[in-house]
Amino acid sequence: MLIAETSFFANFVAETIGSNAVAPHLPVLQVAIPLIAAPLCVLFGNRTMAWMIALVTTLISLAISINLLDHVTTFGAISYHIGGWAPPLGIEYIIDPLNALVLLIISMIGVLTVLYGRLSIAQEILPRDQTLFYACLMLCFTGLLGVTATADAFNVFVFLEISSLSTYVLVAQGANRQRRALTAAYDYLIMGTIGATFFVIGIGLLYMATGTLNMADLAERIVPIYDNKTVLAAFAFIIVGIGLKVAIYPLHFWLPNAYTFAPTAVTVFLAATATKVAIYVMLRFMFIIFRPDFVTTSHILEFIILPFAIIAMFAASFVAIFQADVKRMLAYSSIGQIGYMLLGVSFYSEKGLTATLIHLFNHAITKAALFMALGAMVYVVGSSMLNRIQGLGKKMPLTSLLFVLASLSLIGIPSTAGFISKWVLIEAALEKQGHWFWVLIAFLIVASSLLAVIYIWRVVEMLYFKEPMQNVEIKEAPMGLLLPTFALVIACFYFGFDTSLTYDTAEMAAKILLGGAQ
Amino acid sequence: MMRHHVILRVITKVLIGPIILFAFYVQFHGDYSPGGGFQAGVIFAVAFILHGLVFGLSTVQKVMPPKWVHKLIALGLLIYAGTGFAGLFMGGQFLEYNVLAHDPIHGQHNGILIIELGVGMTVAAVMIAIYYAFAARPPRISDEEW
Repeated sequence: MLIAETSFFANFVAETIGSNAVAPHLPVLQVAIPLIAAPLCVLFGNRTMAWMIALVTTLISLAISINLLDHVTTFGAISYHIGGWAPPLGIEYIIDPLNALVLLIISMIGVLTVLYGRLSIAQEILPRDQTLFYACLMLCFTGLLGVTATADAFNVFVFLEISSLSTYVLVAQGANRQRRALTAAYDYLIMGTIGATFFVIGIGLLYMATGTLNMADLAERIVPIYDNKTVLAAFAFIIVGIGLKVAIYPLHFWLPNAYTFAPTAVTVFLAATATKVAIYVMLRFMFIIFRPDFVTTSHILEFIILPFAIIAMFAASFVAIFQADVKRMLAYSSIGQIGYMLLGVSFYSEKGLTATLIHLFNHAITKAALFMALGAMVYVVGSSMLNRIQGLGKKMPLTSLLFVLASLSLIGIPSTAGFISKWVLIEAALEKQGHWFWVLIAFLIVASSLLAVIYIWRVVEMLYFKEPMQNVEIKEAPMGLLLPTFALVIACFYFGFDTSLTYDTAEMAAKILLGGAQ
Repeated sequence: MMRHHVILRVITKVLIGPIILFAFYVQFHGDYSPGGGFQAGVIFAVAFILHGLVFGLSTVQKVMPPKWVHKLIALGLLIYAGTGFAGLFMGGQFLEYNVLAHDPIHGQHNGILIIELGVGMTVAAVMIAIYYAFAARPPRISDEEW
C-alpha cells in the first residue's frame, strides 16, 4: 500500500519535472519549493504534518537535483532569470556540473536526515518545538540550496545568512539534552556572523570596484583591475569570511562544539552539507569570479591554503585521537577531512580540483553515515561518550557494524568511496612531478590516514573488545534509524566501485573551474 | 489594573490608532514614495510594543496572541513566495510581475503591492515576536545546568 503510493508519487514527480512546462523552471524550483515548505510547516502547526511536509519537500528537491545534474552533464549549463529581468541587472541562477553535484549532495542528505529525524528528533526535541524545528530545517535546506544555485554574488550572501541563522537555532535545540548546546550555538553565532560580515564587506568592495554583482559580469570586469587595492582587499575579506564557514584550520573553533552538542539529525545534516557548500562558494569565488591567474599571482594557494590544509590533516586528526566523546572525535575528524579538500584545491590542477570535489561528495556520505550510526547508539544509550558505548558490538550488532563499515570509508580502505577520493588526491600530488616536495605531500596524505585508523580503532575497541555495561537494558536501535544509515553505508561502498557519477561530474566541474569548458 | 500613569495610558490609547494608520500609509504608498513593507512592518509593530510596554505583556498578548504571531510570520513569507509561484502559474518566470495583470504595468503594481504586504506582515510579526521573546524571558539558567 505504502509502496504503491510512494511509487505513484515518484512517478508523478518524475513526470511533472520532466514535462516541458516545468523543466525550464527547475533551477528556481529547486530553491523555491523548500522555501515555501518552511512557512507551511508553521501554518499547519502540527509536528506530524511538519515532518510529512519536510519529507515530501526534500524528496521533490532530490528529484529536481537528479534531473538537473542529468541535464547539465549532457547539455551544459542552464541559466534562469528571476522575475524575467535579464542579467547582469536581474538575479540569475546558473546550474552547471559544479553546483549540480553540490545540489545533489544537499538534497540527498536532506531526504535521509528527515527520514532519520522522525525518531531521533522526536526523542531529542520537545514536542512543542518540533514543528518550528522542521521549519528551521527547511529554511536551512533552502539557504544551502540557494547559495549553491545562484549566480549573483549578493544573493550568495543572502542565502548564506538564511542557512546560517537557521543553523544557529538548530544547534541550540540540542539544549534539551545538554545545556552546553546554547554556548556552542552562541560561539557559532559569533564566529559565523564575523564570517558573514567579512564576506559581505568583500562583496561590497567588489561592487565598489566593478559596479556589478552578477558573477559572470564580475569575472569580466575584474580582469583589467587586478592590481586595484580594492579588489585585493575584497579577495582577502571574501576568503577569510568564507574560510570561517568552511572551518579552514585556524578558523575552525566553532565547529567541534557545534557538532557535538547539536541534535543528532542536525549534526548529520550540517556535517554533510554546510561546510561542503562553503567550500563550493570558496571555489566559485576563487576560480570563477577572480579567475585562476589572479589566485596564482596572489600566492594564496601555496602560502595559505596548502600549509593550513596539511596542519588541519594532522593536528585535527591528532586531537581527535584524544577525545572521550565520539561525536566530538568525528567533528575533529571533519576538520581534518576539510584539510584534504583544501589540499586538492592548493594543487591548482585539474586532478587536484577533481579530488576536492570527489571528496566533497564522498566525505558527505561517509560522515553522514558515521554520525547516523553514532546517533543510533546515542538514541539507545543516551550518550556518545566512549565509556558509555562500550560493548555495544554485542548488544547492538547492526548499528556497530554500520559504524565500522562507514569508518572504513573514512579511513580510505580500498573498495570504499573514501579510498577513491584519497587515491585521486595522491594521484594529483604525484602528477606534479619534478620536485620531492610533492612526493612528501603524497606521503603525508597516507600518513594522516593512519591517524584516522588510530581514532577509529579506539571506537572499534570499545565496541567489540569491552564487556557491555551490566544492569542497563540495551536493545538494537529501531529500523527507522538503521535504514537511512544503511542506505548511506551502501552508498559509501557503491561509490567506491562505480565512480562514473562522482568522478566524471567532478572532472567536468574541475574543467569549468580552471576555465576550460565554459 | 494599575491606576497610575494616567497620562501615559491615555496618550498611548490616543496614539495607537494614528500609528497603525501611518503604518498602512507607508505600506500602501510604498510603490510611489519611500516606504514599503519593512518600514511599515516596524511601525505597525511599534503600536503593539507600545501597548505592551504601557499595559503589560499579558494585555497585549490578548490582542495579539503569540501563536498568531508565529502564523503571521509564516503567512507573510508564504505570500511572498506565493507571488513568485503565481508568476510561474500565469506563464512567466518566478517572481515575474508582468503576467500578474492584463497589462505589464498593472502587473508590476500588483506584484510589488502583494510582495510588500507579505514583507510587512512578516516584519511586523517578527518585531512583535522579538518583543515577546525578550519581555517573557524565562528565568536565568542556574549554574548547575551548564
